[in-house]
Amino acid sequence: MPLDPPTSDGRFGEFGGRFVPETLVPACMELEAAFAEAWSDPAFRAELDGLLRDYAGRPSPLTVCDRLSTELGVQVLLKREDLNHTGSHKINNVLGQALLARRMGKERLVAETGAGQHGVATATAAALLGMACTVYMGEVDMRRQELNVFRMRLLGAEVRAAMSGSRTLKDAINEAMRDWVATVESTHYCLGSVMGPHPYPWMVRELHTVIGTEAREQCAALLGGDGLPDVVTACVGGGSNAIGIFSGFAGTRAELVGVEPAGGAAVGRGAPGVVHGSKSFLLQDEWGQVQEAESISAGLDYPGIGPEHAHLAAAGLARYEQVDDREVIEAFALLSRTEGIIPALEPAHALAWISRDREALAGRTVLLNLSGRGDKDVAQMMEHLG
Amino acid sequence: MTGLEATLRAARAAGRKLLVPYITGGYRPEWLDVVRAVADAGADAIEIGIPFSDPVMDGPVIQRASEDALAAGATPGGILAALRGHDAGVPLAVMTYYNICFHMGHERFAQGLVDAGVSAAILPDLPLEETGPWCDAADAAGVETVLLAAPTAPDERLPRICARSRGFVYAVGLLGVTGERDTLAATATSIAARLKSVTDLPVLVGVGISNADQAVEASAVADGVVIGSALMRILLDGGGPEGAAAFVAGVRAALDG
Repeated sequence: MPLDPPTSDGRFGEFGGRFVPETLVPACMELEAAFAEAWSDPAFRAELDGLLRDYAGRPSPLTVCDRLSTELGVQVLLKREDLNHTGSHKINNVLGQALLARRMGKERLVAETGAGQHGVATATAAALLGMACTVYMGEVDMRRQELNVFRMRLLGAEVRAAMSGSRTLKDAINEAMRDWVATVESTHYCLGSVMGPHPYPWMVRELHTVIGTEAREQCAALLGGDGLPDVVTACVGGGSNAIGIFSGFAGTRAELVGVEPAGGAAVGRGAPGVVHGSKSFLLQDEWGQVQEAESISAGLDYPGIGPEHAHLAAAGLARYEQVDDREVIEAFALLSRTEGIIPALEPAHALAWISRDREALAGRTVLLNLSGRGDKDVAQMMEHLG
Repeated sequence: MTGLEATLRAARAAGRKLLVPYITGGYRPEWLDVVRAVADAGADAIEIGIPFSDPVMDGPVIQRASEDALAAGATPGGILAALRGHDAGVPLAVMTYYNICFHMGHERFAQGLVDAGVSAAILPDLPLEETGPWCDAADAAGVETVLLAAPTAPDERLPRICARSRGFVYAVGLLGVTGERDTLAATATSIAARLKSVTDLPVLVGVGISNADQAVEASAVADGVVIGSALMRILLDGGGPEGAAAFVAGVRAALDG
């Protein structure tokens, strides 16, 4: 049983919706219709599948971690999204949206980015398809991830600093939405996670289901018995890589576990709220002002979470854990040392949870979506571990 | 206090073009004095901004005013408490983002507006399809909900927006966020004309109305204008109640011809 589609008003349970300025409502409706049409068009699917295979390098492998598993006493399998072109799962979504934007006659992509992974992926797709591209990035994140800023510019994108608020991902989204309000007729907003107004949480999920579909087949080929891992885990900021891998195992006996940064735990510490186009769990103060997240990982430095995750949490269909920055740094080093794989700080959150809960997980098989590689984080980690 | 729509309809019937300035609540300690000064200078109603942490429909000036207000400790409760018992002499509408209302609870927020003497609410990230729960509470409490209509709307959408809007219809003058522009966008008069052809509600153009000349130009088609960023820039630059009054009086005089 796959994950349910949203209702016609974009709801997953009580969450989701389309809370955007009136100017953008027709564009969201147009996008919803265009995606639904493209997604059921075999020619569109074939073109996207071709790009995912020949350009992005799919399918991504499934790696059995022998030394790590021995050290933790938990059998850990990694879905290697870090090996995709541009170094993370983000390329799945971006290639789909860029093809869709071109099909809709849009000439320009605008995107937000936190760690820079989605920005780099969007700039890459824009270069591939010959489209103009503007990426908004919080000024603080531009300093934390200066190599990715250079990458985006090398790829031909314009990178604009978001100077308001906390100057991180939340503010980059605000700026991208303001840009889109002004340019909606010629521009597609290439949103980078399963958040925002309907149809984005659904569309971005669908574009990442390839992760779960592949992983399900790979597990079936690898594992005995029913071919299922006991647990499927992924880090959650907005939650796109998590929903992608969850989609392959929803409705099975596999337990779904999202891992949030303690400083940005929207499910763990938030309350229902509305920002950036949808109703979800949100870190906010007593008056509903959105609070700033604080995480070592720029990619998870976000006070909200995709609305479908809020629904999965509220309905008890998935569980959400929190890890702190210190645990993440240890996990970053652990995977590097035991497996020769330097993970991005984001998926290191999921490994940090496995490591912390290894006694409870002893003897079980855990599938971890390794959503990105750690090259971008090495300089930052040198300060902590060097 | 007479309601917002009744007041605007009466003024329009008297042959007057409508002027609704916007002031961010709590941007400076003297903000209530500015409200009074602007009312005395010829405003027909006043929008009071309740600052929100993530104002996606606002450009740099109102962003800065909002950040200043939040940094100074402004809260929705504090702003409504300050308005309570403050008779500006013209109807007030609050402008804020939906999460402020949602978080407080629809009924509590509506009652809070009533208790503060506020007639109406404008929630720019609450489009027609999402208005149901809020409008039920607002209608029950007697709060008028002003909806926005944008140039991107297809023709069939405009009558539905007008049917649900109370007070007036807020015609978004351009594709973009709030802020001053050198010239009036062609979309300002085109959206106003499209709305005027489908509704008897007062039609006011806001977003991008930067000065008296642009207000007059837009009001040739619309029933009037909302002016936010141009006024807030004067106030953020230290203009105070006198500066605000002078600006509003200038626009008033231009509109009165």
